[in-house]
Amino acid sequence: MVENRPFAQFMAYLTLALGVVIVAFPVYLAVMASTFDTATIINGNMPLVPGDQAGENYTRTLLYGGMHARQPVGGMMLNSMIMALGIAIGKILISILSAFAVVYFKFPFRKTAFWIIFITLMLPVEVRIYPTYKIVADLGLLDTYTGLVMPLIASATGTLLFRQFFMTIPDELLEASKIDGAGAFRFFKDTLLPLSMTTIAALFVIQFIYGWNQYLWPLLITTKSSMQTIVIGIKMMITTTDALTEWNVAMTTAVLAMLPPVLVVIFMQRLFVKGLVETEK
Amino acid sequence: MEKRAHISGWTLPLLLILPQMAITVIFFYWPASQAIWQSFLREDAFGLASEFVGFENYVSLFEQPEYYRAMVTTAIFSSLVAFFSLACALLLATQADKNIRGGQAFKTFLIWPYAVAPAIAGVLWLFMFHPTLGTLSKPIKAIGIDWNPMLNANHAMTLLVLSATWKQISYNFLFFLAGLQAIPKSVIEAAAIDGAGPLRRFWTVIFPLLSPTTFFLLVVNIVYVFFDTFGIIDAVTGGGPAGQTTTLVYKVYADGRLGGDLGGSAAQSVILMIIVIALTAIQFRYVERKVQY
Amino acid sequence: MAGVTLDTVRKIYAGNVEAVKGVSLGIEDGSFCVLVGPSGCGKSTLLRMIAGLETISGGEVKIGDRVVNQVEPADRDIAMVFQNYALYPHMSVYDNMAYGLKNRKTPKDEIDKRVKEAARILAIEPFLARKPRQLSGGQRQRVAMGRAIVRKPQVFLFDEPLSNLDAKLRVQMRVEIKRLQRALGVTSIYVTHDQVEAMTLSDKLVVMSGGQIEQVGTPAEVYRRPETRFVATFIGSPPMNILPGTVEGPGRVSVGGQSIAVTDMRDGLTPGSAIEVGLRPEDVQAGSTGTSSLSMDVDFVEELGATQLFHGKVAGAEFIVQASTGQLAADTRKLTLAVDPGNVHLFDPQTTKRLGRA
Repeated sequence: MVENRPFAQFMAYLTLALGVVIVAFPVYLAVMASTFDTATIINGNMPLVPGDQAGENYTRTLLYGGMHARQPVGGMMLNSMIMALGIAIGKILISILSAFAVVYFKFPFRKTAFWIIFITLMLPVEVRIYPTYKIVADLGLLDTYTGLVMPLIASATGTLLFRQFFMTIPDELLEASKIDGAGAFRFFKDTLLPLSMTTIAALFVIQFIYGWNQYLWPLLITTKSSMQTIVIGIKMMITTTDALTEWNVAMTTAVLAMLPPVLVVIFMQRLFVKGLVETEK
Repeated sequence: MEKRAHISGWTLPLLLILPQMAITVIFFYWPASQAIWQSFLREDAFGLASEFVGFENYVSLFEQPEYYRAMVTTAIFSSLVAFFSLACALLLATQADKNIRGGQAFKTFLIWPYAVAPAIAGVLWLFMFHPTLGTLSKPIKAIGIDWNPMLNANHAMTLLVLSATWKQISYNFLFFLAGLQAIPKSVIEAAAIDGAGPLRRFWTVIFPLLSPTTFFLLVVNIVYVFFDTFGIIDAVTGGGPAGQTTTLVYKVYADGRLGGDLGGSAAQSVILMIIVIALTAIQFRYVERKVQY
Repeated sequence: MAGVTLDTVRKIYAGNVEAVKGVSLGIEDGSFCVLVGPSGCGKSTLLRMIAGLETISGGEVKIGDRVVNQVEPADRDIAMVFQNYALYPHMSVYDNMAYGLKNRKTPKDEIDKRVKEAARILAIEPFLARKPRQLSGGQRQRVAMGRAIVRKPQVFLFDEPLSNLDAKLRVQMRVEIKRLQRALGVTSIYVTHDQVEAMTLSDKLVVMSGGQIEQVGTPAEVYRRPETRFVATFIGSPPMNILPGTVEGPGRVSVGGQSIAVTDMRDGLTPGSAIEVGLRPEDVQAGSTGTSSLSMDVDFVEELGATQLFHGKVAGAEFIVQASTGQLAADTRKLTLAVDPGNVHLFDPQTTKRLGRA
């Protein structure tokens, strides 16, 4: 480090602290709101220290939901969890297999296959939303977990990530395995899979967050309220006439909706950063 | 790049690649081609018959004033969010790159908004700036501004930009920090020996060396604003007031939900696809030239 | 155990690049054969074809009496030590060595016995539970060797196994490999670009260049009587000096007007025709012996400790003389070199082949 003057140090702390405060304040407010009753919030004078309604709010929200959308948020969280896990695990599964095929085998139309997958990188689900909706409807997959998950795992990120990682594994490992009498399956199970664990975990973290936070797609294909995810659920709570919005329930739901992915980022930060940086290469 | 060593046989690899191929074809190529095909068709009022109408759907799209407004909205929204989130992130990253104690903790506290769903981010900011009960609305009203994002389009856009920027800073921060840490310390030391002060070092050495990262992030941010902010818009403004915060993607959704004009909606999707492909292509070409290196 | 026989083996890559141009070679059972040559000479490709890691474009590879062209590497009964060791990073040292045996359904106690035995021989017993990344370069090298010997294969294949080690360790491991091979008596084929390794390890030395064999022989034969100019300059350090000369008559050539006697010279060479005269730096002495001597202008001296290298020119060509330290004054500017007729090598300038007695 060149010149580490005290003033520069002080400015660095000040800027970062300010940044953290700005970043944290909206969430702090939400957490506070989840500890008051509706009336306290509605009158516009919500205190900035916790109230005493937290237990009541969280129990009611998780088990019964709001007054208008009477859907227990606990169930919504379960739906979100299934969708997020489905997307994360599904994507890892199909992409590690396809990357294994593309990198370690020579077969007819290999390049073509790779490009067919690669192109999907460019187009997020949002641009083809209605035709996809129609196909999912035609397949009878509305209001199903399969319908929620499948279209969202049709992308190249995972395949590219695994391909990139496999390319860094020395060729000699495959050759040594061949001499050691391991076939394709054994090489995959005994060598490739154990070596890919960090990559798998990193991809899992990223895809879990991506899946949990999905909005437009579940909004379209879930018609039954029992299939709603929590991110959709919160929207339903605040669209009713303004005066009737139960902000305490809405904010409690918001806190619950943030909790799983935020915990994942904080506790698996290293994997998260690795996944984020490498899927974008 | 190619591996030297391969495993022999070709039925196994075809089986391995099959699941991904099937999902990609069914849920990606099929709908994408449907969108392209439908954009050239017009359905009758009952959805019973459709005829090929060439580019007519596109023509009528460009005759709608709402479509131009959505384009302008998207452009303004994108540039504001990209500018503010990049600027804030760069400022924070340069400070975090200084070898200060507790740097790691700051990093953790700055990156977690990435994990917050856009729709949730929107709700948080709506709550904070709610015209009647928002904690921060009161000070704004106190200085004489009639703050109401529900009715005033400029206020609504401000709120959208704030929440979208808030959510995107963490992502940009991470990449800027990685970019900064990749700059060899010796280059900065050489600049110091050449007599450049901290600010001058930043603008003449560090910032130019960061340009690949900046450019990459610029494209990613624009794509982010195009698509991922859908949840924010839907939660905060619902495209209003009076359609004044409707972006191109939101318009596809809103028009489609009203039902009816499938061809027009498909044409909108196709235009979006072209925009994204163009952005990605620019990114690939630019990154290949390796700005600065 | 078995020998290895190569019969006009070829390797042609896509784009018609011929990396190995019809190599025939017999490697006796239990011998240590070293393939040496500059990078790109085809030595590694040849080894990898024997291992079954490269397809064979033409010819035949036999291990023992069995043609193995179409046999999978696992079924060839060979073991290989790679340049980068190719240890499985996620497995312990023990599992690395046991893996090949497990895949062959060897009974557990047999595996255990063999791994422990190999570990004892290689003195890596304390590290059996460790992962490769916790080992030093030399220890990893031993594990790679261990993985090869537990298999008790017919043939060991070594692909530049020492080139990732530092100089001191390389010398030490070289000795160990030789000792181990002697003890086990397994046919070994070893690829290297390092001529010192090649000389010290081999029973049979194969010098390759441009996808072909230049010469096969014992190290001593190859050193004493190089068949081509390439072999002459490749084996030996510093390399053999090559001087332009002309034929004077039977047993005599001239270099820059100075006449030299030669013992090993083909009969019937036309007097006056051009010829290349090779002299090893260590084979010339300072001091005149009357009938056979050369004069040299010295440019500078390199000190190597026990010896000194005098760099300069003889008859306008670069020339190096190696002398024991103290034998000559370091500021010598002119030397008269005595040439032993038995140490002169002659080569045809066109074909570069040796022009010795038939």
